[in-house]
Amino acid sequence: MKQQLVVVGNGMAGVSCVEQILKQAHNFEITIFGDETHVNYNRILLSLVLAGEKSADEIVLNDIGWYQSNHIRTRLGVKIAKIDRFEKVVFNEDGGATEYDKLILATGSSAFIPPIPGVEKKNVHVFRTLDDTRELLEKAKPGLKTVVIGGGLLGLEAARGLQVRGCEVTVVHLMETLMERQLDATGGEYLKRKIENLGIRVLLPQQTAALFGNGHIDGLRLASGEELEADLVVIAAGIRPNVELGRQAGLDVRRGIVVNDFMQTSDPDIFAVGECTEHRGQTFGLVAPLFEQGRVLASAITGNPGPGFAGAAPATKLKIMGVDIFSAGAIDESEAGVEAVRYEDPSLGVYKKILLKDNKLHGVILVGDIEDEHVYQDWLRSGTDLTLLRRQVLFPPRDADPGLAVAALPDSETICGCNGVRKGDIVQAIHKHGIVTLQQLKERTRASTSCGTCTGLCEKLLRAVTPDFQEETKTTLCSCVPFSFEQLRDIIRGQQIKSVEEVLNVYGNRKGCEVCKPALSYLLDMLWCGEHEEDRSARFINDRVHANIQKDGTFSVIPRMRGGVTTPDELRRIADVADKYKVPMVKVTGSQRIDLLGIKKADLPSVWADLGMPSGQAYTKGVRMVKTCVGTEFCRFGVQDSTRAGIELERRLENLFTPHKFKMGVVGCPRNCAEATVKDLGLVGQDGSWQVVVGGAAGKSVRKADLLITVETTEQALEACDLFFQYYRENAIYLERTYDFAERLGIEKIRKETVYAAEEEKRALLDRLARSKAMAKDAWTEGQNPVNPTQFVQIQPMEARVS
Amino acid sequence: MITDTCWTPITTVDKIPLHEGRAVTVNGIEIAIFHLEKRYLTIQNKCPHKGGPLCDGIVAGTAVVCPLHGRRFDLETGMAVRASEPSSVATYPTRVEDGVILVDLTSEDEVTA
Ligand code: SRM
Ligand SMILES: Cc1cc2nc3c(=O)[nH]c(=O)nc-3n(C[C@H](O)[C@H](O)[C@H](O)COP(=O)(O)OP(=O)(O)OC[C@H]3O[C@@H](n4cnc5c(N)ncnc54)[C@H](O)[C@@H]3O)c2cc1C
Ligand code: SF4
Ligand code: FES
Repeated sequence: MKQQLVVVGNGMAGVSCVEQILKQAHNFEITIFGDETHVNYNRILLSLVLAGEKSADEIVLNDIGWYQSNHIRTRLGVKIAKIDRFEKVVFNEDGGATEYDKLILATGSSAFIPPIPGVEKKNVHVFRTLDDTRELLEKAKPGLKTVVIGGGLLGLEAARGLQVRGCEVTVVHLMETLMERQLDATGGEYLKRKIENLGIRVLLPQQTAALFGNGHIDGLRLASGEELEADLVVIAAGIRPNVELGRQAGLDVRRGIVVNDFMQTSDPDIFAVGECTEHRGQTFGLVAPLFEQGRVLASAITGNPGPGFAGAAPATKLKIMGVDIFSAGAIDESEAGVEAVRYEDPSLGVYKKILLKDNKLHGVILVGDIEDEHVYQDWLRSGTDLTLLRRQVLFPPRDADPGLAVAALPDSETICGCNGVRKGDIVQAIHKHGIVTLQQLKERTRASTSCGTCTGLCEKLLRAVTPDFQEETKTTLCSCVPFSFEQLRDIIRGQQIKSVEEVLNVYGNRKGCEVCKPALSYLLDMLWCGEHEEDRSARFINDRVHANIQKDGTFSVIPRMRGGVTTPDELRRIADVADKYKVPMVKVTGSQRIDLLGIKKADLPSVWADLGMPSGQAYTKGVRMVKTCVGTEFCRFGVQDSTRAGIELERRLENLFTPHKFKMGVVGCPRNCAEATVKDLGLVGQDGSWQVVVGGAAGKSVRKADLLITVETTEQALEACDLFFQYYRENAIYLERTYDFAERLGIEKIRKETVYAAEEEKRALLDRLARSKAMAKDAWTEGQNPVNPTQFVQIQPMEARVS
Repeated sequence: MITDTCWTPITTVDKIPLHEGRAVTVNGIEIAIFHLEKRYLTIQNKCPHKGGPLCDGIVAGTAVVCPLHGRRFDLETGMAVRASEPSSVATYPTRVEDGVILVDLTSEDEVTA
């Protein structure tokens, strides 16, 4: 008969321990009780949910299918109130009883609420669970005055999350130093400056004396007498292990539920794991040692005890973008026999302190530059003798090829500290299961699923070990804003950000570069349908002066010639301009229009005025042109009026920006004289219908376009074009041509989400397109209304000043 | 009062938008003046690679990215940012007085690459 195993606590340590038990040969029927109503999620990432970088769904660790397929009885939203050790029964709050043979307590901890008068008021929150996070998200609004009590890891992450939501945040910390358990005074000072630079106020050392307000919070009084206004208060003053159950059951309980090296409590049938435990006088607040506990417990409870749990000195890393903090081991250098080696660069904001004892690494603090963090972890863990590396301890040697460095690591090297996954485990999993993507690696080994800081290392390892490594499409835009394009899209939309500068200041390195600035400019334009603050300095020169820069610094001018159709009058004007400005070359382009090459920047406005034609956008990531053939008008084979349809299509979409350039073609019959099937978007005329084709290419790549839909009327065809066009604008990654986009998504998905989408989704796409179109204008009108006085004008030096 | 005669008044601050650069030719020297948050910095306009107009580059922090082939130069030192592209551009001391940008064209700060 199966034994009953009951687990109280559906959190990170408890479920991870169950995962380990499932890996062993066992004879248990497992029941998990959790008083939160959610499946097991990654608590560590709540800060990122608060900051809008992840959604609640994205932090789920074990979905409901996992519980089902492992035959785990799951009771969510149920709190265990009592244990009867003699009958071996647990009771939930309603009195419902569940028998057990073995019991695991994994109750975690709760936020510690200091006994400050007024903490019971409305709008005073803690930050521990998904529900807490959701409540905070509901309240956080731009301009809301918010005070976070506590300047440890949790408090700072909460402060940052609320601040990116637009709240005005002040952190009040009791101690002289932020994160004083991980940093020394100097490190804390560096951290403080970085946090303040983000726009968060930091007050320390400051004790909160009282919270005041009538029912809800209005503000708080500090011990110094100062008062702070506050509409929202978050208390992050530490955690307390949840020990009530253990105490009630009469187990040995001190600060935590006391366990031996095999995670057994004072009752041999009751085990405990996670933050609720106390092991050799130590309690815990980070996941890495808790997962180790889970492994030990799993072996012990299934009757295969291996080495016991030896405690741990875990490493801490702050998860605030742009504020890099890493700390591991000891921080106190006053201890006998400990030497400190330091490095400081105030203007770079870099501080490093390495503590050595007996020529071995004893502790490390890194602020501002944590790239070598895993080297230190390795030295700490393995107790490497550093005598010969003394000169390099602050700047450990880096291999030229990081892939090689990873490949050279010993198999015992821990790659994922949180989940205790060693290099050997990963390499073995890669070979055994034919893993080629990071996602597969995560699913198999759990590496890089907790705090995510070893993701880079895992990727390097994959790259080094497997020849077929597949990069995930979600790579970051660039190192200035280390998020994927998709994430940035959600962030900008979610946070209502309206300028490139704001994105860079809040989510990036405050600088930006030629890669991210144009990409962000595009995102803002697309998401806000042109109703945002356009920052010209973030655009490539072509988009500042609406012409294509040439190798000698002059520009080329290609006016719009819709459908490739022109008039004698237009041609005359083009000829006159070519004469007047002594244009070095006039050329018919590959896109059925005329190029004037070699024009000086200062002449652009008058060239445009003299031409009297709109911009052909030949210089930008935007709508280029529609190439057409002569169609029914003149051709003896023509079955559709391709010229008219092409001109209309160009009118509908011109002046809009796209992720990459966007070229179209319309042909009157399948002979395809204007090459519509190798364009980003094409219409191919047939007797009585149009084929709408997308994702074609005849440039760097050659690709035949996919059929999106066949429709009867020209109006239907044009609507299908609009749908695909806007869908590409919204879903492609910046600089992704339609030929890559169509391959990545697959035509089936594109069809389903455009022409075959629900009526209201189609309407929404068309509405957004219409809004953008309403804001779009012919860029060449800026020739007469420049955005700044020297947009085109060459600055002339001043006359020497008369003194 | 400008006492030092080597400072040449070039143009007024409103002529150079934030995070952009503009070229000016003074006494036959083509310079590019850039506007960063609270200061103005001047370098030679011609990119040492193939003569690209640096004034038209995107500003990335305190560097400018050449619009032709993307070399980066630090505006403060004139040094190429990437060690793999050893080259540099001249920099010129720049200051602002009464809304006028003044550049010292006599003391081209030569940097050794
Ligand atoms: C002027 C023109 C050549 C000509 O004299 O015919 C031209 C000129 C340039 N092409 Fe093109 N392309 C021109 C038609 C084409 C075509 C043919 C077409 O449009 O039907 C193609 C193949 C179709 C396509 O777009 O894929 C074409 C594929 C490219 C590519 C490869 C794109 C790809 O992903 O495959 C580039 C590079 C890029 O965009 O990354 C490129 C880039 C360029 C740039 C803009 C390079 C640059 O960034 O400076 C050239 C500008 C020259 C200059 O100094 O002004 N050009 N280029 C044509 C302008 C058409 C127009 O009226 O707007
Ligand atoms: C915002 C935030 C950021 C963090 N960042 C990091 C980080 O960067 N790195 C790191 O290592 N750690 C971090 N941590 C800490 C980490 O999340 C915890 O160490 C870990 O979750 C502890 O796991 P646990 O299973 O012991 O407790 P929990 O995950 O809290 O799980 C305990 C569960 O048991 C339930 N429970 C309690 N009592 C009962 C009962 N009587 N009946 C039924 N259910 C009960 C609780 O509701 C809870 O769901 C962070 C924590 C937070 C809140
Ligand atoms: S595609 Fe060719 S054959 Fe058909 S109408 Fe156009 S020009 Fe005529
Ligand atoms: S000319 Fe400047 S990078 Fe080539």
